[in-house]
Amino acid sequence: MSTTTVKTTAPADRPVAPATVSRGTRRRGENSLAGSLAAHAILIVASLAALFPIAWLLFLSLGPDKDDYLHPGRIFGKMTLDNYSFVLKETPFFDWLVSTLVVSLGTTVIGVLIAATTGYAVSRMRFPGYRKFMWVLLVTQMFPVAVLMVPMYEILSELKLIDSYLGLILVYCSTAVPYCAWLLKGYFDTIPFEIDEAGRVDGLTPFGTFARLILPLAKPGLAVAAFYSFITAFGEVAFASTFMLSDTKYTFAVGLQSFVSEHDAQRNLMAATAVLVAIPVSAFFYLVQKNLVTGLTAGGTKG
Amino acid sequence: MTVAIDRATGKRRGEPGGSPGRPGRLTRLKQSYQRYWYAYAMIAPVVVVLGVLVLYPLARGFYLTLTNANSLNSARTIGVNEIEATYEFIGLDNYADILWGPTSYDRFWSHFVWTIVWTALCVALHYVIGLGLALLLNQKLRGRTFYRLILVLPWAVPTFVTVFGWRFMLADGGIINAGLEALHLPAPLWLEDTFWQRFAAIMVNTWCGVPFMMVSLLGGLQSIDSSLYEAAEMDGASAWQRFRYVTLPGLRSVSSTVVLLGVIWTFNQFAVIFLLFGDTAPEAQILVTWAYYLGFGQQPRDFAQSAAYGILLLAILIVFTSVYRRWLNRDEQQLAI
Repeated sequence: MSTTTVKTTAPADRPVAPATVSRGTRRRGENSLAGSLAAHAILIVASLAALFPIAWLLFLSLGPDKDDYLHPGRIFGKMTLDNYSFVLKETPFFDWLVSTLVVSLGTTVIGVLIAATTGYAVSRMRFPGYRKFMWVLLVTQMFPVAVLMVPMYEILSELKLIDSYLGLILVYCSTAVPYCAWLLKGYFDTIPFEIDEAGRVDGLTPFGTFARLILPLAKPGLAVAAFYSFITAFGEVAFASTFMLSDTKYTFAVGLQSFVSEHDAQRNLMAATAVLVAIPVSAFFYLVQKNLVTGLTAGGTKG
Repeated sequence: MTVAIDRATGKRRGEPGGSPGRPGRLTRLKQSYQRYWYAYAMIAPVVVVLGVLVLYPLARGFYLTLTNANSLNSARTIGVNEIEATYEFIGLDNYADILWGPTSYDRFWSHFVWTIVWTALCVALHYVIGLGLALLLNQKLRGRTFYRLILVLPWAVPTFVTVFGWRFMLADGGIINAGLEALHLPAPLWLEDTFWQRFAAIMVNTWCGVPFMMVSLLGGLQSIDSSLYEAAEMDGASAWQRFRYVTLPGLRSVSSTVVLLGVIWTFNQFAVIFLLFGDTAPEAQILVTWAYYLGFGQQPRDFAQSAAYGILLLAILIVFTSVYRRWLNRDEQQLAI
């Protein structure tokens, strides 16, 4: 384990490495002016491509008319925040916000709580059936929506859980729980095993070691798992649009569609809602993004 | 069967037990019993959840695929009347119908081919573009943190939001076609013409998927020991040779993980196609969205066939993953999973 999660993230985090050692990789970038100009050119083009669709959405959300997206030039003369005030005042925006938060947070809490001990167990212990269990965790990552949708629909309607938050949370837990367990295993793997040993020497049970020593150390990993299950539940479309029937219980992913699926497409309102949803999520994402990838590839980046 | 070796003892997984200096057999047995016990207690919650929320529905779904269940003969409530399910057991007829029934080409195989093309092209584009950008960002370059922040943006914004953004842009008369017309280029009907629908779907999905690859591969690049590059340079290796013989092998384990994840995610990508086209593009549906359409997008809803598609899709992915793992293991390359 030459690298830990913290080290493999941002380039800015790396200056700790001795300068003489890191020069080898850097030198390639320093060689010519033309090369660095080309690199900048490519990166600028790529950045524009990454930025444009979002910026465009933001721009269109300022146009008051529902067909303004076809005549973007006209928006300049009449930019207004009317769409936003309409969305906030006249549409079930806050109902959707509540549903989305209830469902996503519910999934997150249940997912992380249940998965934490499992992640630890599969990281540290080799019990009979270990390989099969890991295989099951991997296989549940690849369930297409279609495979559980029909039976889930049947089961939930028998339990009268269609159109309820609990039903959707349960459905999401079927993917969030194995996902979190798998992710947390990767994170626990990066915590030195000597710590467990020390705890064991001091007379702690594995549960005690886990709760008192490892869990506090694993907070960043838990945060990553929580964040992943949150955004997964937040952005899920198929189950949400099938299982949530009343428009006050829509999540954003479904609510946003309801602007167009009706006979007249209120694209201006849709754009405004999309922006309102995207801004807080992306802001939050940026706060944690440095830690995100390592969670998934922690095992893979180990040298 | 693997031996219960605590990783804290410093032993590698899968290594046979019984090294000198360990306690006697009886103590060891007792210890391992304790460890098993703890391990099983710790994984119990997940096992229960998987059993109740995954295996039970899966078994039930599989049973449904052996029936002719649809929304007309399933148990349902109309007003105050509870109507019992009346569907019948028909054996493997659904699978036979899907795979070699009279309309199997139009319904299954055409979507199957398109799904494979879609997955292969998308993952290849994700990987190549992601690797290219990661290599650029790994250089000493002014403002690379800034570039990285912007390039991550498509990943930060929820897919259902960005797809709507793309829909505005791709609409006939949207900004993309306006731009193409200004350049006197033909303006395709992105959301109506089959070829362009597929083109647009791949484009949007590539846009959504590159940031993840880029950030993962960047992490992988930074974990490559830079003394390897120095040694290669000492030996007079060209830039291409350094890339071919140092960078690519160094990235192998990250690559194998992200490519597998990419294939699984792309194969099952629901939101992009569903939100981009709705029901308007029967030819651009991949198997997942097509299965959804059969079960929930049409009347009467064909539950049995939809579930059968689901099982087939899962089977395809499991076969793929097994082959992939075996192929990696043959090169003694362990998957990080």
